[in-house]
Amino acid sequence: MIEISAVHKAFNQGQHNEYWALQGIDLRIEAGKVTAFRGPSGSGKTTLLTIVGCLARPTSGRVRLRGEDVSGLPERFLTEIRRRSFGFVFQQFNLIRGLSALENIILPALPTGRPRAQLVAAAMALLEQLQLTQRAQAKVEWLSGGEQQRVAIARALINDPEVIIADEPTANLDSTLAGEFMGLLASFTAAGKTVLLTSHDPLVVESAAVHRVVAMRDGKLIEA
Amino acid sequence: MLFQPAIIALLLAAAVAVLMLAAAAPFALSVLREWDIGSGSERQLVLERRTYLFSTLVSFVMAIQLATLLLFVFNADRLAVMFVGAMCAVGTLNVNAWGFPALIVQMLVFFSALVWLAINHVDNLARDYPLVRAKYGLLLLLLPLLMLNFWLQYRYFSGLRANVITSCCGSLFSEEAETLTAEVSSLEPRAALWLFYAGMSVAVASGLLHWRRRGRLDGGWLGIAAAAGFVIALTGVISFISLYIYEHPHHHCPFCILKTEYDYRGYALYLPLFGGAAAGMAAGALQFFAAVPSLRAVLPRVSARLALLSGAGFLMFTLLATWFVVNSKLILIES
Amino acid sequence: MRSWLDRQLHLIDFTLGSLARRKARNFGLLAVYTLLVFALASLSLFASALRSEAAHVLAGSPEVVLQRLVAGRHDLIPPGYLESIGRVRGVQKKEARLWAYYRDPRSGSQLVFMARPDAEVPVGSVMLGTRLAAAAKLNVGDTLAFADYRGQPYPLRVASLLTPDSELQSATLVLLAEADFRAFFAYPAGHYTDIALSVRNPLEVGNVASKLAAALPDSRPILRDEMLRTYEHIFDWREGILLTVLVGVILTFAIFAWEKAAGLSAEEKREIGILKAIGWETSDVIRMKVWEGLVVSLTAFASGFLAAWVHVFHFGAPLFAPVLKGWSVVYPEFALFPAVDGLQVATLFFFTVFPYTAAVLVPIWRAAITDPDLVMR
Repeated sequence: MIEISAVHKAFNQGQHNEYWALQGIDLRIEAGKVTAFRGPSGSGKTTLLTIVGCLARPTSGRVRLRGEDVSGLPERFLTEIRRRSFGFVFQQFNLIRGLSALENIILPALPTGRPRAQLVAAAMALLEQLQLTQRAQAKVEWLSGGEQQRVAIARALINDPEVIIADEPTANLDSTLAGEFMGLLASFTAAGKTVLLTSHDPLVVESAAVHRVVAMRDGKLIEA
Repeated sequence: MLFQPAIIALLLAAAVAVLMLAAAAPFALSVLREWDIGSGSERQLVLERRTYLFSTLVSFVMAIQLATLLLFVFNADRLAVMFVGAMCAVGTLNVNAWGFPALIVQMLVFFSALVWLAINHVDNLARDYPLVRAKYGLLLLLLPLLMLNFWLQYRYFSGLRANVITSCCGSLFSEEAETLTAEVSSLEPRAALWLFYAGMSVAVASGLLHWRRRGRLDGGWLGIAAAAGFVIALTGVISFISLYIYEHPHHHCPFCILKTEYDYRGYALYLPLFGGAAAGMAAGALQFFAAVPSLRAVLPRVSARLALLSGAGFLMFTLLATWFVVNSKLILIES
Repeated sequence: MRSWLDRQLHLIDFTLGSLARRKARNFGLLAVYTLLVFALASLSLFASALRSEAAHVLAGSPEVVLQRLVAGRHDLIPPGYLESIGRVRGVQKKEARLWAYYRDPRSGSQLVFMARPDAEVPVGSVMLGTRLAAAAKLNVGDTLAFADYRGQPYPLRVASLLTPDSELQSATLVLLAEADFRAFFAYPAGHYTDIALSVRNPLEVGNVASKLAAALPDSRPILRDEMLRTYEHIFDWREGILLTVLVGVILTFAIFAWEKAAGLSAEEKREIGILKAIGWETSDVIRMKVWEGLVVSLTAFASGFLAAWVHVFHFGAPLFAPVLKGWSVVYPEFALFPAVDGLQVATLFFFTVFPYTAAVLVPIWRAAITDPDLVMR
């Protein structure tokens, strides 16, 4: 599904504070599985996810998505691919305050130009799946942490992507909610979606819902 | 005569367009020098992001040019009252030698900006941005044109001297002032009619042909046909269509038809005409890049759509013009 | 096409919500913007109302007015002068006119006395403008008295009121019989103020004037078109000068708009970062921000223009009148009649929306190129 070869990523290239976040990553990620990236902060796992998720381009190396090389693409096309193929759940949830849950969920679909009625219907279906229907019109800042995460998940799913990328998804949740999240992961894979997540939470990394754990340190893979 | 509100506005708009593009020129140069689509460096990313600024700027300049084109003509019409012998915009534009050149260059800027935007659009559809260098080279060519536009407008407006009573006593200078002819040299109606309908048929047919065939040759031909069609259409407006609209056998003005008295029929004519001509020219210009490998799939699609637009624009213009002529009470040609 | 439209609708929708969420921040900009439009629109509406008043007045006046000069000064037309003109080709009608300025000590305003044939205004009576009559609390049938050339009251009966076509024209007009006129001013018999000539064909006016000037070297023909040109030019010029002064204000506004657009709050930066991360493209963000600019511009333009309308046509433009009105030909007081033309609105648009848009383009682009992976860092 996703092939990464010899990927390097530098920040502040050519300046005195040049920093190589990734130093030669080779990895194949299978479709329909949950893969977890584990490692201390600064190990490059989040950077790797941004590259896989078409949020950023590698400084060198190749990224192939379903056999298509996406590493050299300009942002315009990366965005298109990202919108179609990836859904993101961020650590801070990154919902837009002042908007309702429903409005937040349809945000990624606005540039596609699908009619609003269609989008609202799709968002309501997702909210129902996540048992959040009654909170659809609530402003997101009034929601609890668990509810916010579910809104973030619904937002990640609105464009029906093949891959879900979650960055430290349980960092802001208590154990019960984290457990619920892991349950949701299983339902994603059951629906044929691929999940990539970063975490150093043992509850996540050791969960049965995770099929594969990749450990990283200093921008390199240490066990895969 | 620079202290007139509309003139200040026009000069301001022209100056800002020049300044904006001039300020952007160094960036365009660095894109030309450093562009390397294969590189994943941060520098390349910065350059790529600048391209968004340029397309926004040029779109803005184009929108402004379209607006100033209208303002320019309106203003010329309004100023006519200040010049002896000037009955409408034509008279005002003829007050000195710079009026019509300024108008023509203004139109040129508008069409060039539109063509550039078409090239930009096609380029943005190909994943390797194959036309970046060509595009930014052309952008640097647009700059002198904008400067010329500003200069001509400045010359024109600063050269305007109203025939005005300078003290409240009144003086007579109508006798010294040369009477300006508001009449444009015009063709004999029958010949004009033939030329007009022949030209419009060719333009419409070329549009439809390229829409169906999508070939490089017919695309290039469409570019030429559209440009020629535009000139022929304007000739038609001046030599007979306007006469029928005014219902007056000697009023040849292409601007007065924009006025309220004529139900804004000018807009109905000029909008499809300008749209059709611009689309056709853009389709023609795109053919220069038809051989670029990464554009083979997308370019003909875009250019066919432009061709359809062009054909439709010319067709609509012709039909409307014909309708105005047929419904007019004026009889120029006895049948 | 459909999806393009839907996309724009979504963006507008989003941008309206986002403006509403930052009311306090946007309100300042909107207020300043509206104020700018208000000031410029008041100026422009006022100038154009003056222009159209002037044009209106002139529309009713003759094509050519012939004055006689003595030693470079305007003098009375002596007896026989009118006849000495003879027939001039193109002149349809020529008429010797009798009129005068009169300063009314009670109202302090400058009135225009004009003699009319007895058939129109019988001896011993006057016709007044409605405004003048209202100011002096006069009705038809009442008698009023002006001080004549000796300072003695000269009683006149109000025969009827003039229905105003234009305020300027009739605000200060007093029509009276020729006999009354001559008696009132002790105007020498047979003498006239000037000669009005009507010329049907506008192309002939110039010829007629030069023939007159050649035939009567001591005369000065004044053409209506020249008056019109002069009015147009003066008002445009005054407006232009004021605008030039205001260019500084516009520039300041543009800088203010730039600052506002460039100084994104942390919250707004974060929002754009989120939008980009979840699949918005740079050009989507630019489009969204352009819509935002348009919404702000149109709101400010509409409200500023409306306020200016009320200011000028309901309150008589108290803020600008002193600068624009002070010209001896224009009468001291009159109410303005609403007049707007397209060119004026377009020009106004250029002076306000254009600088704003030009100023915010670069900040918009800066905001739009936010790194999409920012929210992951």
